[in-house]
Amino acid sequence: MYDVIIIGAGVTGCAVARELARRERSVAVLERGLDVCEGTSKANSGIVHAGHDAHPGTWKARFNVEGSLLMEELSKELDFPYRRNTSLVIGFDEEDRRTLEGLLAQGLENGVKGLELWDGSRVREKEPQLSDAVTCALYCPTGGIVDPFLLTVALAENACVGGVSFFFGEEVTELCRAGEGFVLKTARGGSYETRAVVNAAGVYADVFHNMVSEDKVHITPRKGEYLLMDKKTTGFVNATIFQCPTKMGKGILVTPTVHGNLLLGPTSEDIADKENTETTAAGLEEVLAKAGLSAKELPVRQVITSFTGLRAHSDNGDFIVGEAADCPGFFDAAGIESPGLTSAPAIGRYLAERINERFPAPEKTDFIAVRKGIPCMADADPEERKRLVAENPLYANVVCRCELVTEGEIVEAIRRPVGAKTLDGIKRRVRAGMGRCQAGFCTPKQMEILARELGVEEEAIVKSGPGARLLTGYTKSNIS
Amino acid sequence: MNKTTELTCIRCPIGCLVSVTADAQGNVMDIRGNGCPNGSRYAASELVNPVRIVTSTVRVEGGELPVAPVKTKTDIPKGRVFDCMEAINRASVKAPVRIGDVVIADVLGLGVDVVATRDVGEAAAEPKQDVEEAAEQIRGEREV
Amino acid sequence: MTADREVKIAIIGGGPAGLAAAVSAAESGVSPEDILIIERDHVPGGILNQCIHNGFGLHTFREELTGPEYAGRFVDMAKERGIPFLLDTMAVDISRGETAGAAGKELKYLSVMNREDGFFTIGASAVVLAMGCRERPRGALNIPGFRPAGIYTAGTAQRFVNIEGRMPGREAVILGSGDIGLIMARRMTLEGAKVRAVVELMPYSGGLKRNIVQCLDDFGIPLKLSHTVVDIRGRERVEAVTIAEVGPDRRPIPGTEETFACDTLLLSCGLIPENELSHGLGVELSGVTGGPVVNESLETNIPGVFACGNVLHVHDLVDYVSEEAGTAGRCSAAYVMNPAESRGGRTVSVRCRYGVRYTVPASIRTEYMAERQIIRFRVGAVYRDACVAVDFDGKAFRRQKKRILAPGEMEQVVLGKSDMEAAGVSEITIRIEEEPQGTRQGV
Repeated sequence: MYDVIIIGAGVTGCAVARELARRERSVAVLERGLDVCEGTSKANSGIVHAGHDAHPGTWKARFNVEGSLLMEELSKELDFPYRRNTSLVIGFDEEDRRTLEGLLAQGLENGVKGLELWDGSRVREKEPQLSDAVTCALYCPTGGIVDPFLLTVALAENACVGGVSFFFGEEVTELCRAGEGFVLKTARGGSYETRAVVNAAGVYADVFHNMVSEDKVHITPRKGEYLLMDKKTTGFVNATIFQCPTKMGKGILVTPTVHGNLLLGPTSEDIADKENTETTAAGLEEVLAKAGLSAKELPVRQVITSFTGLRAHSDNGDFIVGEAADCPGFFDAAGIESPGLTSAPAIGRYLAERINERFPAPEKTDFIAVRKGIPCMADADPEERKRLVAENPLYANVVCRCELVTEGEIVEAIRRPVGAKTLDGIKRRVRAGMGRCQAGFCTPKQMEILARELGVEEEAIVKSGPGARLLTGYTKSNIS
Repeated sequence: MNKTTELTCIRCPIGCLVSVTADAQGNVMDIRGNGCPNGSRYAASELVNPVRIVTSTVRVEGGELPVAPVKTKTDIPKGRVFDCMEAINRASVKAPVRIGDVVIADVLGLGVDVVATRDVGEAAAEPKQDVEEAAEQIRGEREV
Repeated sequence: MTADREVKIAIIGGGPAGLAAAVSAAESGVSPEDILIIERDHVPGGILNQCIHNGFGLHTFREELTGPEYAGRFVDMAKERGIPFLLDTMAVDISRGETAGAAGKELKYLSVMNREDGFFTIGASAVVLAMGCRERPRGALNIPGFRPAGIYTAGTAQRFVNIEGRMPGREAVILGSGDIGLIMARRMTLEGAKVRAVVELMPYSGGLKRNIVQCLDDFGIPLKLSHTVVDIRGRERVEAVTIAEVGPDRRPIPGTEETFACDTLLLSCGLIPENELSHGLGVELSGVTGGPVVNESLETNIPGVFACGNVLHVHDLVDYVSEEAGTAGRCSAAYVMNPAESRGGRTVSVRCRYGVRYTVPASIRTEYMAERQIIRFRVGAVYRDACVAVDFDGKAFRRQKKRILAPGEMEQVVLGKSDMEAAGVSEITIRIEEEPQGTRQGV
């Protein structure tokens, strides 16, 4: 019997897990993927929003502003890349200016600091690549960028070290009340009992909520397509560039990533299929066309990959956070779409407080809130490189040449708590295969290391999910 | 009735376009367009008895690599390529393998040896694991 | 900056280009122990080790060899001459030094690392860039669809099959008709896989004609010219690939879609010279080839830094790589052995005009040119019965008739030093002259 089971190892689930780990209690996370950050959390803009977008009084407004304030401290505590690069919401005409004025007022009401309305020439002075048609912009100095994978991995690792159990490949298929608590069954035949449940299941959060509550909710997968550019584009823009928001979201942005790539997107389309992460020719064209309104001379030839993310949009447009009214012990973190990444640390705190109220538990005296990231060869200076290699000779063996990722980093990514078990898991932790050749060169080598470290036959190695095998057998049918 | 066939010579990367004219009995009457004598030989042969070199790999026991590259030392009839592959798939060699080692002598009785085209050193063989067992291991623990 | 070790010529890359450059430098009089080949793999030979098919060496050795055999010959030549290798070693950075090394030339500092020696610095008077190229990945092609396992570049698949003895899939569609894609179509077929089709965006193949004959036609594999992949199905592993015909604008034509059930998509859509190190050093790169801009000695804009092989421009024949690398080796040797090389003298620029996309070299210093100067280039479209025209200062110098010119095949012209000196030429132009009835548009 667990005290709390969290469904979903996305950024929200992991943030809740880490907060729950501060007290003496048993916590488990059930994740249908083979890694953390496999759903909504993996394919988004990686933005730490300033907090002017959400309507005052909503959960979104509250958690966005709180999360944005927590992020810097958290990034130091858990050692993940975060940078306050500022954001700019740009306008092209008088109507846009009025929208920006509205956003400014809204931001002030939400408690966002430092907002200013700039004219076109001032904003172009800061960002020379902006379109000449830009006439005004909302300057948001607290806007930032974060690596969503490393944020999630850091939270999960820290939670795991704090005693939280993670179960992967465990897709919850049944959830029902059992006495005061709950029983959860999984597709692989797993069975888990718990006193409380946290529903952090992304686009599937409505499914679990509706299994135990009569107050039905509905989550629509809102599809967003992105294009990622080579690091050669570093410095194309320094701030995150938004266009004026519409009812479908914050529009197509142009932003640097914390690693120096350029990211364009997302489109915004409501779909029915919760698994449809397909990119489309039309979607990718739309991204380029609309991003091209914000910035001139987009480096379109530098595209290295494209991807689709699904946002979990709830019908009422706000997050659904807290204990279900008709199901004590069932806590939702549902409808977590943008600004969900920013909000995750704040949602984690909030839900942990609610759970602490309902299920009091003593605080741990030995909780370690600090975690160190994996030392990164690419970012190290020559002295640091010398030291890394001297300490661990595997750091001298470059596996991914595009991103300069060494065997030492890959081995550590696998061996860490909640370590990588898939190629995507390695990629998200240490960026092997994230560069311009997109793992063309290093796939065989990574598979070899992964099989060796996990102690498994190489043919079973997968890219991401359990069915994503990379090999189909041996060349010689008679090799057994 | 003479018949003219257009062929791309595969004897070298230039890839000359060669026209071969043969009579009703299949006797080659005329060859044009080849840039060298090899092209003429290729064209004549391609019409009556097309031949190919086969390159593949054979299993290596106890090798630093699981397979070693091989080739048929000279051409074999094109129609026997898949038979030759079967023979190659059945064959195996013990490490160490040296470049030029005969892996299959007189393959299919065609008078052509299959030879190794690379050195492969020795290494300790690793035990193999059932793939489904491995997949389950990757998924990890669960509670029942 | 200080170097932990100093050599006269550091060669980055132990593939066909690096090996031939090393051998040639040694033959040109540089003591072998003053040469160093830095190779990231645990064996030299580079990509040739996985190119187990035959067809290499007709030009160099007058016989038909497989890739590993061809590499083996050069490895033996380097070893016989006592040229040292640093294997399993990665060069991560090159920078220019202010101080002169033993050869009296500005030193370049290479930051390298390996498991045995750790992270250290090599000072070199001359550097030969021979890092080769990489394959264009899916992302750069902007193919829509899911992102499942089972999408590989042809070269990755080739490594799996030929080195690791593993099958990357059982039923494949191949996008792009570059040589590696064609070779892999045959290789997969021989290993029992089913290759549904080879799909090429352009109206002509990017590979050698002989490979279409012996890799596709021999096995009845359809080559779909003017087609591309428009969708990839399968959330975890590839389940199907949809292709469509493209119009002259290379955009898919609605209604022409055709779906193939398959578990694999191989990509053979072009090679990109791997010049991250060169870029970091400040080497001027060509926007057309992606490789360094070089003179007759294959020397880049940075004195003492040479380039050859696929890092310079993508070749289709390894024999030409060896030949080119031989020049780079010889010239790097001359650079380190000649204490007072003048950088002056006459420089003839080589320009490409109609139909010619680029030339290597881009300039010729007549003082340093060989008796026979090879100029290699590629054309931008298919031309039938056209002429390669060489003009000296705008005046026709030579016209060479060609039955066929195609972007997939590298072309060359050879100029004599005496011809150039006699003409006192200051600018050479190379262009394609079509017959009057020619209708193809150059790119």
